[in-house]
Amino acid sequence: MATRLVTMRVWRGDHAGGAFQAYRVPTEEGMVVLDVIHTIQRTQANDLAVRWNCKAGKCGSCSAEINGKPRLMCMTRMNLFRPGELIAVAPIKTFPLIRDLVTDVSFNYDKAKAVPAFKPKPKEPDGTRRMYQEDIDRGQEFHKCIECFLCQNVCHVIRDHEDNKKYFAGPRLFVRLAALEMHPLDTNDRRELLKEKAGLGFCNITKCCTEVCPEHIHITDNAIIPLKERVVDEYYDPLARLFRHARFF
Amino acid sequence: MAAEEKYESHEYDVVVIGAGGAGLRAAIEASAQGVKTALVCKSLLGKAHTVMAEGGIAAALGNVYPEDNWKVHFRDTMRGEKLLNNWRMAQIHAQEAPERVLELEEWGALFDRTKEGLILQRDFGGHRYARLAHVGDRTGLEMIRTLQQHAVHKGIDVYMECAIQRLLKDGERICGAFGYWRESGKFILFKSKAVVLATGGGGKAWKITSNSWEYTGDGITLALDAGADLIDLEMVQFHPTGMVWPPSVRGILVTEGVRGDGGTLKNSQGKRFMFNYIPEFFKAETAETEREADAWYEDKKNRRTPDLLPRDEVARAINAEVKAGRGTPHGGVYLDIASRRPADYIKRRLPSMYHQFKELADVDITKEPMEVGPTCHYFMGGIRVAADTTTATVPGLFAAGEVAAGLHGANRLGGNSLSDLVVFGRRAGLYAAEYARAFTGSVTVDARQLHAIEQELLAPFTTQGGENPFALHTDLQECMQNLVGIIRIEAELKLALDKIANFRQRLRKVQVSDNRQYNPGWHMALDLYSMLTVSEAVTLSAIERKESRGGHTRDDYPKPDPKFGKVNVVVRKMKGQLNVAQRPLPEIPEELKKIIEVQQ
Repeated sequence: MATRLVTMRVWRGDHAGGAFQAYRVPTEEGMVVLDVIHTIQRTQANDLAVRWNCKAGKCGSCSAEINGKPRLMCMTRMNLFRPGELIAVAPIKTFPLIRDLVTDVSFNYDKAKAVPAFKPKPKEPDGTRRMYQEDIDRGQEFHKCIECFLCQNVCHVIRDHEDNKKYFAGPRLFVRLAALEMHPLDTNDRRELLKEKAGLGFCNITKCCTEVCPEHIHITDNAIIPLKERVVDEYYDPLARLFRHARFF
Repeated sequence: MAAEEKYESHEYDVVVIGAGGAGLRAAIEASAQGVKTALVCKSLLGKAHTVMAEGGIAAALGNVYPEDNWKVHFRDTMRGEKLLNNWRMAQIHAQEAPERVLELEEWGALFDRTKEGLILQRDFGGHRYARLAHVGDRTGLEMIRTLQQHAVHKGIDVYMECAIQRLLKDGERICGAFGYWRESGKFILFKSKAVVLATGGGGKAWKITSNSWEYTGDGITLALDAGADLIDLEMVQFHPTGMVWPPSVRGILVTEGVRGDGGTLKNSQGKRFMFNYIPEFFKAETAETEREADAWYEDKKNRRTPDLLPRDEVARAINAEVKAGRGTPHGGVYLDIASRRPADYIKRRLPSMYHQFKELADVDITKEPMEVGPTCHYFMGGIRVAADTTTATVPGLFAAGEVAAGLHGANRLGGNSLSDLVVFGRRAGLYAAEYARAFTGSVTVDARQLHAIEQELLAPFTTQGGENPFALHTDLQECMQNLVGIIRIEAELKLALDKIANFRQRLRKVQVSDNRQYNPGWHMALDLYSMLTVSEAVTLSAIERKESRGGHTRDDYPKPDPKFGKVNVVVRKMKGQLNVAQRPLPEIPEELKKIIEVQQ
């Protein structure tokens, strides 16, 4: 494919304000949005701030809103857009802006500190750890999370209500909590956190988080709903509480 | 004015720079030893290069083949890495890797399982037995997340997006580190009794590379400037299988696990060419026919497929096939698993490869072969360390992971890197803590020293040279790719040195816009200093080693030379100049020599 000129509108500015700025950029076959941003950075705006690392969809650093959709810039192919289609790249909205496309995502790291740690049960009598593949398939699905925070960004509980951030951990943290709760070896108790501090009840399962997950984790169905069921069982069903450590999925 | 007043300032016993597997493991250990520990990293926590490791972590757990043990792992490592290793590091690594893998499980990692419920292990190049504990093809992610969460729960202080630019010294010993916050551009001072470097390699100086922006050789440069010795810098690993198409993804890694799980390399004529490239050294243990090679996947009593020869052999073979005109339309070779394994097996074993090719190249790897070619991947060389303690040649300085040298000799085996990170990361944390505890003097930082560094770091804001930092980076990448690549020759290496000298002149003229807040132009200008230093060190070392061995292939000296097999090439900075010398390798004890020589 020959070189094609595209116009990309990129949000430039900081917390004090800013605006979209248009750049004309030559593109080639196979390029992704992050390549275009890098081209702009290399040739037209050396100080265009963007966060990225692996450029292969594995580190979750380059989250942005492309034509309003939360996406990884490195996994968004330019051939997704029709020739001449307007392309606008903006920072993710839910977190405070630092500069241009870079936001302050420390909220997510602070919430992670509050999660009660993994606490394994004693080893088998032969000194090994035995877990069977079918018992960890679900946990491995959750461990695929690359912490791009797109699910956090799109979740309307915090996207539209800044005040809720104090009481709500968000989908990423629910996936983490579900991974711990479903870990065959774990014995720690996270009931209070789930019900009180993490704000699981705020989620009304609109599945926005699942839709944007670049790792295709079934956040709502496999993590959030089972956690909700668990909280209900724990608090309102004494029999279920007895069987807590048996299994619940 | 005292330095503490002028800059944001912190005091620690141990400062760990770099938060990939080695840095995280070092910080966890130092903190567990009860010393005050900080972890400083250029990116957000959990985004370091470890996250990109795919295939697995090598450890002789013996879960799949009970015949496996540390001695076999040690032998594979020494032979595959062309006997240029520090034998003691290879021994410690093989002995301690299983313990470190089990420890990750203890901290919550979920490795794929055997039918008996133990950690499953997969085949990889150069390993006699299926040895790599793994999670599909995203083992690095599992490892970094496990370590990250463990470190967070231990309450270790983490400084994210904070880039260290210089190490500070009080006389001969290390006394701290100085850098800037990426977010604000403001400077930050760490006073510290000990510093652990865990910053990875410098592959971003090449054009076709699997490395992320972070891999600019910072730690190697910090150590060199602080007076430490480097060794083996000429040993750069080109991974045989990187993506080659489309151009924007060229270099992105395709895991060796594809071949471990049954994939084979083919040229444009559909021929499995690796049978033509079996070196004498590996003849006895390598299959000669396709039938024998395929039988090996089912039963390891057969000889192994040449598709899984060590990485240097495979990278050179691919290079030769393409040069001979038997390459693919985009200048690679085919890697075919589609015709050899069922689609659901491929998707289960290699989910992220499936995803990567589907989304970035419109290729369905369950239906079509991949196009692959060599990509700059790993630095075997780096900071010279003491095998047991990871101590560099400067008091108070420790190094672990890719930034340290010795374990991987001339050619790292796949899977030996993740195990390196945790084995020597732990040791670095342990011995740095011990050093800090034993240190009774006061930590004093010279304010004048800091003032001079500040001036240097801010120079790109006031220069009037008009040089674009990104353009300079592109030129450096072209230079290293073309002149210091897989196949090297003296005239081209010397040309590269001239060019690097010229780039240094241009670096003085690099100019960036007047804004210190998250300014990538400024960051690149500062990273270029490290990249140029590392490029020069690699090139000088490559000129010095007049033989071909492992990751270092000289067209003008195509064979290994026993004389060079007994030495490391050492680089040291003296009076502002990089000096190269040769230094004898530590002698291998007789009983270990016997293990290496056993025919399997």
